[in-house]
Amino acid sequence: MSIQDKILARAKELMADGTVTSVLGWKKGETYTDPSPAFFTSVEELERDFIFNHFCGQNLSRLLNGRKAEDGKVLMLCKPCDAFSLNQMLGQHRLERDSVYVLGIPSPTILDADKLRAAGIKGIRGSRFARGGEVVLDTLYGEKRIAGKDAVLEKCLSCKTHKFPVSDEILVKPKGEEHDEPENPYRFAGVEELETMTPDERFAFWQSHLKRCIRCNACRNACPVCACVKCVFDNPGSEVAGKSNIDAFDDKLFHVIRAFHVAGRCTDCGECSRACPEGIPLHLLNRKFIKDINRIYGPFQAGASDDGVSPLTEYNTEDMEPGEAILKGSGS
Amino acid sequence: MSIANEDVKTKPLIVAFCCNWCSYAGADLAGTSRLTYPADVKIIRVPCSCRVNPMFILRAFQRGADGVIIAGCHPGDCHYTSGNYFARRRMSLLFSMLDYLGIERQRTRVEWISAAEGSKFAKTMSEFAEQVAALGKPNHLGELR
Repeated sequence: MSIQDKILARAKELMADGTVTSVLGWKKGETYTDPSPAFFTSVEELERDFIFNHFCGQNLSRLLNGRKAEDGKVLMLCKPCDAFSLNQMLGQHRLERDSVYVLGIPSPTILDADKLRAAGIKGIRGSRFARGGEVVLDTLYGEKRIAGKDAVLEKCLSCKTHKFPVSDEILVKPKGEEHDEPENPYRFAGVEELETMTPDERFAFWQSHLKRCIRCNACRNACPVCACVKCVFDNPGSEVAGKSNIDAFDDKLFHVIRAFHVAGRCTDCGECSRACPEGIPLHLLNRKFIKDINRIYGPFQAGASDDGVSPLTEYNTEDMEPGEAILKGSGS
Repeated sequence: MSIANEDVKTKPLIVAFCCNWCSYAGADLAGTSRLTYPADVKIIRVPCSCRVNPMFILRAFQRGADGVIIAGCHPGDCHYTSGNYFARRRMSLLFSMLDYLGIERQRTRVEWISAAEGSKFAKTMSEFAEQVAALGKPNHLGELR
């Protein structure tokens, strides 16, 4: 039984016995590589449209923002990284816990359609992982093979854990549930690489990326913890609501403010980078904050608990002075 | 159009956000004590060091400041009990981020100066201005505009 069939079967059961009134999952898109998030309200819909494959990358937590128990219970198909976002949202009281039934599903390891396109692989109809991490793709033009690191989405390459901080039920127990997972050495590699550069090189790096920003606000809108109803960026008086290329400040520093607003709350789900149409590595901004917080104020994972406490909402009288903290944060 | 300060080696432009209760009074004391510090330190009075929005700092750099310093009450002395503790955490992370983006860490500073420390105020500002001048070039964000 494939994992998609397992999920479908369990979702139908839960709908049939009235535990939930709807299902939040992914539905088929035009092609195999573009499934989109969807609410299903009937078993027929589920059978017709439901899909779960290596391209179901969207973080569904965001779609539950503002949900109340009276809206009826929704079955959320929840990958581990989505569960961290959901838990963080619960901590921020962005939705009612009773309004959602969290079904923990194993992450399929998401593939990056853009990377595959760049590698010249077209017409994808199916995908699987071969032994040794190689990706095997069934395409209209025959079977194609590509190394895992050249095909997997950034947020999965830098995966932090396969455990669920919140769930009502876990469909398949993740391997090594009882053990501590080893730290993913790749997770902060990108940040560390930048830190070894000179300030001028770093500026050139960010300039080369951020100049492509079209201020579509996708990074903001896709972020599950960036869930304020009214946003500073929508206020014309904030001076950061302008469009790109009118004022260099807007597109460059919009990103600093955005990342700073979610510092201490960002669960590192990688949704900002995934949503960016220009391929800007926005996770490198968020991850710098996470790395600094870990180094300066001790290990912290947003979304690991739903108490809503973050290193920026509290303080210690013995905290390090900023001058010292910067040195410690950058590891020099 | 660049509005960056081309004269940074001799006249670095420093923006100092000073807490109303301690550091601003410290600056006053420095003045009434006839202590000298660089005239290019522009003081902006804020009710508390934690009133400083990251946007203020970014905007200062964009408008051509060469360095930004935040001066507040000593930890434990905040007029609002805990403002400077929060500011300390925020500014640690923000300044580290600015360094990461290419705004050198020498351009930013947080200092605790009480109302009685006029000489510390003058000394800190002179030192900071020297430190910024030593970089010898305007900040990148000023050039961007």
